[in-house]
Amino acid sequence: MLEVQDLSVSYGAVDALRSVTLSARPGAITAILGANGAGKTTLLRTISGLVKPRAGSIRFSGAELLGRAVEDIARRGVAHVPEGRGVIAELTVEDNLRLATLWCMGRRERQGAIESMLELFPRLRGFRRSHASTLSGGERQMLVIGRALISRPKLLLLDEPSLGLAPLVTAQLMGLLRAHTEGTDMTVVLVEQNARSALSVSQSAVVLNLGEVVVSDDAATIAADSGLRHHYLGF
Amino acid sequence: MGLFVNITLDGIANGMIFAALALALVLIFRATRIVNFAQGAMGMITTFIASSILGRGIGYWWAFAAVLVIGFVLGALVERVLIRPLQGKSELNPVIVTIGLLVVLEGLAGTIYGNSSRGFPAAYSQSGLTVGHTKVAFSHFDVFILVSVLILMTGTLVLFRATTLGLRMRASAFAGEISRLLGVRVGLLLTLGWALAGVAGSLAGLLVAPTSSFGPYFMDLVLVYAFTAAVIGGLESPVGALIGGLITGLSISYVGGYLGSGLQPLGALVLLMVALMARPEGIFARPPARRV
Repeated sequence: MLEVQDLSVSYGAVDALRSVTLSARPGAITAILGANGAGKTTLLRTISGLVKPRAGSIRFSGAELLGRAVEDIARRGVAHVPEGRGVIAELTVEDNLRLATLWCMGRRERQGAIESMLELFPRLRGFRRSHASTLSGGERQMLVIGRALISRPKLLLLDEPSLGLAPLVTAQLMGLLRAHTEGTDMTVVLVEQNARSALSVSQSAVVLNLGEVVVSDDAATIAADSGLRHHYLGF
Repeated sequence: MGLFVNITLDGIANGMIFAALALALVLIFRATRIVNFAQGAMGMITTFIASSILGRGIGYWWAFAAVLVIGFVLGALVERVLIRPLQGKSELNPVIVTIGLLVVLEGLAGTIYGNSSRGFPAAYSQSGLTVGHTKVAFSHFDVFILVSVLILMTGTLVLFRATTLGLRMRASAFAGEISRLLGVRVGLLLTLGWALAGVAGSLAGLLVAPTSSFGPYFMDLVLVYAFTAAVIGGLESPVGALIGGLITGLSISYVGGYLGSGLQPLGALVLLMVALMARPEGIFARPPARRV
């Protein structure tokens, strides 16, 4: 269970988040929706420790995350896939995957985990020893999602995974995400501009506007509210 | 012919030393995007420490080992104390700090040990080997230079290519933020990069000192050559540092042998200019990432 309480973040004089309170439960996908500048990315970057907030608290599985170093938060099972495909282009596909296993697995277990990710994303198999720079946009997205899943995270933070992807690839990705979340104890927080596709896979959703929570409810309820959709979600 | 062979052998030995110091520059540049102008001065200080240790009658190899360890610690300290606090500010700040450190270290050495040059022992004989009946300009000590720098280079390559520690170091250098999100302790690895550079710089100092006028400024010119070597090699590649070192060593050796030793620094600068004009990214620069 992820519990964000009264979280406020400022960049200089600009408030990026204002007293944001929300929660996300395990085994479900919680979508964070809103226009550009709503504070979605800031929210994820604050949870993973990259941004220091002005006030508030972020608890995961009962433990406070605020004040911990980024790498320590990662080692608590928080996998953050940043916006813009965070592959390390200079490393091979296999090394990208291996890097995420170093803190949590022994040598033998590691190779098995890499193989199972390459099975999950067969398109990456042929590139395993190629630099990630040779991958297409969709393949890169598969790689970063695989790299996030390989450490078996307890909390998965995804920032705009569908950005720049073809609708078909997006649909595949969302389906895969759902299959990997349901029936597990993984908590998934999905930030998306593409509200329609995000609502179709998530169980609950939070709408942000100018750094404040507008509404937080079941995904189906939000999808059915046409006023909300017109105002904040653009469909 | 004999002259050419001797000049070439001399160039190889010098080139290996430049390669060691170039490797130090590369280790730091790829990890922190900083050109460490104090690298030579750090090697100078550790060589003076070696000289002090030897002056107490302690054996050469003990001093050798101790100084590599001291170089490691010095590199780590410089990163933690001087460079780390400047993180996130202008990229120029740490570079200026390294220039400041260069001045401070040279001043310190001059104050403690005096500015006049002194002798420094070599690990092995410096008189040329005899091949058949001819004496060539390649000594036992030159063989030692060759072997020790090759061990350093191979060790670095194995570390980067074949160990998970090396994978962490490469990842931290290429993408610090993403690496941290994957649980990599990037800060520690940057310190380690500086520490390893400290070892390489100390080794270079120990190898240069016997054949030069060892004093507070004896590494200045070596740093210029090493910088040339590192730029030719692409500033990011250990193999590039080795090849760049050899190219630089041979070039200035030919300039010195055929045109006069006074022209050597000028030769290195011409080489640097040609390299920057012909291939500014260096021979071994990694290919630019494809944007999609």
